[in-house]
Amino acid sequence: MAEVEETLKRIQSHKGVLGTIVVNAEGIPIRTTLDNSTTVQYAGLLHQLTIKARSTVRDIDPQNDLTFLRIRSKKHEIMVAPDKEYLLIVIQNPSE
Amino acid sequence: MEITYVYTKKRSEFGSQCNFTDRPVELLVDILPDPTVAASFIQRDLCNMPVQCVQQMSEHEINTERLETETEGVNHVEGGWPKDVNPQEQEQTTRFRKKVEKEESYIASLTILGSLMEHCIKQNNAINIYEEYYEEEEEVQESTEEPPTAKTLHVLKDPNDIKRTATSLSWHPDGGRKLAVSYCCLEFQRASKDMSFHSYIWNLEKPNKPQMTLKPSSPIVCLDYNPKDFHVLAGGCYNGQVAYWDTRKGSQPVEMSIIEQSHRDPVYKVIWLQSKTGTDCFSASTDGQVLWWDIRKLSEPTERLILDISKKGTLDGAAGATSLEFETTMPTKFMVGTENGMVIACNRKGKTPAEKISSTFCGHHGPVYALRRNPFYPKNFLSVADWIARIWSEDTKESSIMWTRYHMARLSDGCWSPTRPSQKEPTLSVKVCDEALYSLRVQDNGHILACGSQLGTATLLEISSGLCSLQRNEKALANEMFERESKREKILEARRRELRLKERGRSDQGKEEEPKEAEPQESTEDLVARAEKEFFQAIESERKKREQEQQKLQTPISTVKVEEAGKLVS
Repeated sequence: MAEVEETLKRIQSHKGVLGTIVVNAEGIPIRTTLDNSTTVQYAGLLHQLTIKARSTVRDIDPQNDLTFLRIRSKKHEIMVAPDKEYLLIVIQNPSE
Repeated sequence: MEITYVYTKKRSEFGSQCNFTDRPVELLVDILPDPTVAASFIQRDLCNMPVQCVQQMSEHEINTERLETETEGVNHVEGGWPKDVNPQEQEQTTRFRKKVEKEESYIASLTILGSLMEHCIKQNNAINIYEEYYEEEEEVQESTEEPPTAKTLHVLKDPNDIKRTATSLSWHPDGGRKLAVSYCCLEFQRASKDMSFHSYIWNLEKPNKPQMTLKPSSPIVCLDYNPKDFHVLAGGCYNGQVAYWDTRKGSQPVEMSIIEQSHRDPVYKVIWLQSKTGTDCFSASTDGQVLWWDIRKLSEPTERLILDISKKGTLDGAAGATSLEFETTMPTKFMVGTENGMVIACNRKGKTPAEKISSTFCGHHGPVYALRRNPFYPKNFLSVADWIARIWSEDTKESSIMWTRYHMARLSDGCWSPTRPSQKEPTLSVKVCDEALYSLRVQDNGHILACGSQLGTATLLEISSGLCSLQRNEKALANEMFERESKREKILEARRRELRLKERGRSDQGKEEEPKEAEPQESTEDLVARAEKEFFQAIESERKKREQEQQKLQTPISTVKVEEAGKLVS
């Protein structure tokens, strides 16, 4: 339990990180550093996107699986680390 | 019911078998062929008839109703909470969350995910993997690679049945989304009674129907938008009057000049002047006059100039003017192109008519159809006449500094592209339409070209960016080229003057001596034969050269010349 806390704190303290969200398999945000409405939005949308991405990867090659998803936009980068049950979402402002 | 027929048979004969007997052959009828009957019959022509034994099918066309789409946003509401947890209640949600956090799997997976995530974050912080290299240098490569092309955007057709020539075009000065086209049948007395006099303003976004009609009392030969007031248009008519329209006020001209005071021949060109009131314009016509007008008072021209080289001031010796040019940066000077091939530069401020005509440039063999100044180098201007186009510089009066080859067909119009000032030989020749092209105008940003044709259709072409964007050292190059050519001309001029002086000096001395003829007197026949031979030689060499140079494209140019056979040469 303490490890988890420590990990999340360390992630949050990195340069450029705007927010961290942990989402479970049903799309419910478990842990978040952003406000509620933003969290809910991110959780819902990215959850669906991750499922879609994963199914795409597996459709192309059934032995393959999604390990990481990065969405780079004009303003920042959204990184999603998927797992069987949980989803770790981090929003970061890249260096330049 | 009546009994119509009685048929009797013996009872004992019912059901008995039929008795068949043989009979000898009997000839019943014998019809012999009768050749006389054949005369009443005609043998039918053999014809081939196809027959197909196939299913009957029919073709139908259906246009489905257009699908209407709407974009709507969806508001994501919290869901996914298990049944017993009420998402609104803060307590329940936090309790649920704490429960999840205590699970084993949560801890394990999050540790793994955490390390994965950290790796990527650090990667991001270390280097920008999506950096754009050479952002500023991009533009250089693009323009020289692709061959210049032109693409037809729209074709605006004259809505009347009887087709008239689109004689002049004028772009709307604000943004160039509208185009005013004037239509008139320019062939002498060819205009039929049913021909309509209207001219139209087209909106480029709706190319199927003209946006507005202008209804004068006589067909308009030329049109121009007022650069200061975008709603006002000036037009010159076939009967010599000048009129102006206000598009807000309707299709009738707001005012027309009085016939007695106007030109006696069709007005070939009308241009607005740069003045404080923005209401001055001037017009030129083949009757030899250039008239200035103030549109507030069209009953009388404010000034009158008669184009007469011998400076007599009468209408008899005047040369008919066919085109006019005026540059806004030099408001007192303007130029007139005449029917006999001369270009006259005039100064408006001259007190007497003699002073008004400041210089003349000769060199064309036919009427000068178009005259334009180069917007970057106002001292140089382009004149387009019969078969060639020439570029002149104001300082060298004897001959032009550059000219193109003799094209196959007559050129009727030409203008400078407003963005690229340098030019060489034609790089792009595009067949715009099948009939002869009559007028040409480039839109203000240089990309779109409007051409008016003899049958009244105006075509809009988009020129590829290679032809319209400015290259970096182009201005310097063009400058050099112009200076070089004008220097050359000046040297030639000086030499010619020297020669002439020498000749005069020599002829003065040689008056006592035998008059020495410079050339042996040739009889006229010899001269004619010599001229013919030279002419044919020139044509042969030209043809050979043309075959060799068929596909060569050289550096892009900015002037666009229009050939009467319908080919666009630029």
